[in-house]
Amino acid sequence: MADTTVPIAAQPPQSYGRRVVRRFLRHTPAVLSLAFLLLLGAVVIVGPWVSPYTFDGQDFMLIGAPGPMSAEHWLGTDELGRDALTRLIHGGRVSLAVGLAGAIIATFAGTLVGAVSGFYRGWVDQVLMRLTDVMLSIPTLPLVLLLSGLFRPSPPLLVAIVGLLIWMGTARLVRSQFMALREREFVEAARALGASGPRLMFRHILPNAIGPITVSATLAVGSAIMLESALSFLGFGIQPPVPTWGNLLNSASSWLSVAPWLAIPPGLLILFTVLAVNFLGDGLRDAMEPRE
Amino acid sequence: MAEPLLVVEDLEVHYPIGKSLFKEGVTLRALDGVSFTVGKGEVVGLVGESGSGKTTLGRAVLRLVEPTSGRVQLGDKDVTALPPADLKALRSKMQIIFQDPYASLNPRMSVGQTLGEALMLHKIGTRKDRDQRIGDLLEQVGLPRSAAARFPHEFSGGQRQRIGIARALAVNPEFIVADEPVSALDVSIQAQIINLLQDLRRELGLSLLFIGHDLSVIEFLCDRVIVLYLGRVMEMGTAAELYANPRHPYTRALLDAAPVPDPTVRRDRITLKGDLPSPVNPPSGCVFRTRCPYAIDACAEVVPPLETLESGHRVACIRSHELNLANPIA
Repeated sequence: MADTTVPIAAQPPQSYGRRVVRRFLRHTPAVLSLAFLLLLGAVVIVGPWVSPYTFDGQDFMLIGAPGPMSAEHWLGTDELGRDALTRLIHGGRVSLAVGLAGAIIATFAGTLVGAVSGFYRGWVDQVLMRLTDVMLSIPTLPLVLLLSGLFRPSPPLLVAIVGLLIWMGTARLVRSQFMALREREFVEAARALGASGPRLMFRHILPNAIGPITVSATLAVGSAIMLESALSFLGFGIQPPVPTWGNLLNSASSWLSVAPWLAIPPGLLILFTVLAVNFLGDGLRDAMEPRE
Repeated sequence: MAEPLLVVEDLEVHYPIGKSLFKEGVTLRALDGVSFTVGKGEVVGLVGESGSGKTTLGRAVLRLVEPTSGRVQLGDKDVTALPPADLKALRSKMQIIFQDPYASLNPRMSVGQTLGEALMLHKIGTRKDRDQRIGDLLEQVGLPRSAAARFPHEFSGGQRQRIGIARALAVNPEFIVADEPVSALDVSIQAQIINLLQDLRRELGLSLLFIGHDLSVIEFLCDRVIVLYLGRVMEMGTAAELYANPRHPYTRALLDAAPVPDPTVRRDRITLKGDLPSPVNPPSGCVFRTRCPYAIDACAEVVPPLETLESGHRVACIRSHELNLANPIA
């Protein structure tokens, strides 16, 4: 036995979580973005219950041409006599849900591919990274136009397609994290104790890569929302009458000169949401991976 | 010498580099034909410059790096030939302590989790016993039992190194590779950790392969010393013999490079010039000849065999008989 016991600090220093929160709060654009996204989330969840209209309810008196903004219809009505604000909020629900779900799929897929690639290296890495390169080199929009000529995806399938088109960035990032972390001595120590490959990957390496993965997942939400909007705008997304920001923009585009109030709100919401998500990602990056 | 616990025979680690579909690669010889033994309860020091292959040797013995050829035997088991399942069981017999106490502990696992994982992986004790055992281990390395609930960032470098030692001890090993365990620590903390290792060695009868470059630490702790240069053994012998009577110019140069805390001592020293040659393209014959003040033409022609002198002192130098390298101050 050692003769003496070494005293250890009585008070643990500030925990990792607390430091992250403190640094995040100093990043003003990220904080504002988070507030905006929370507000948006609340509105799209609560909105459809509060609204006196349903997203596909028509006022037959107003069919034929877009109606102007009024006390009854704050953002006007579309050419089928439906309330634009209700459709905008409901569309936000769909767009955000597809964006989140697509980003989750992309993050899982990217993390798995990147982890296996970076951990096992060698030919496994070669095969997976060439696959990633191939996926990256496919131009998204032409592919989507081609697919849209063939079929109309159901919402779950659309989410899967969105996820599968944006996982590559995460995979590359996670791979580089795993390659760096697998050489660290604590991983070698676990290997010296006989820990299995999956155990090293998921118990030792992954928890130490969670910061960059979170940032990447956040940014993926932005990409997924953009992609869903683009797909819906091109007609290969969620199909009317179910609204999304993308297909609202699509149907409003033919009335752009006479009724610009229909196109501007979904356009702005896509812009601000994606912007906010990216600011949030930046803020998280600065908070979780300080370069000091 | 005690009964050998670890026997290393002709161990080689070669890395192919730059090899691709279109290009013939070259071979980096990190370790070339290294043989030695470590007796039960013995502490063997391993010295050499950075890049001499010390760390690779420590890793290869534990099969954390796959040896290209050669054999490592621990007790009655052949480490180099074991299939993965048996290797895992053998890992409880051989452990490692790392140099950098900041990199060697998982920052996301509490000390208790880190030690508990070692116990769990080798099915030592029941879930309930383990907490008890974790506390005992912490006390054994001089930390309070309450340290188990803490995370690595709450400890100092020396304390972390104690945790690293506790992790190595958790599975009751017989043999531990200590890879420069004090090089990253303050001098005052170094002494504490060295004393701890010394105590543990006495109490537990551990065998150690102690890698280091502080020669005074090696002399204090080790029974025998191996001198490595460019992946080859230059000289080995008991610490006392090697320090008083080095027979290889490289050993002498290493001893001369260590500061002597007495300004009145005048020494004629062998000073090493230049860097280690590239292990991709090592010099012919004796690898040390390019930096050796005593090199003659013959040195370039034959690889000097590791000759046994008196009492287990071995040296790889064709001129060892004619040179007088005895250390004037030892």
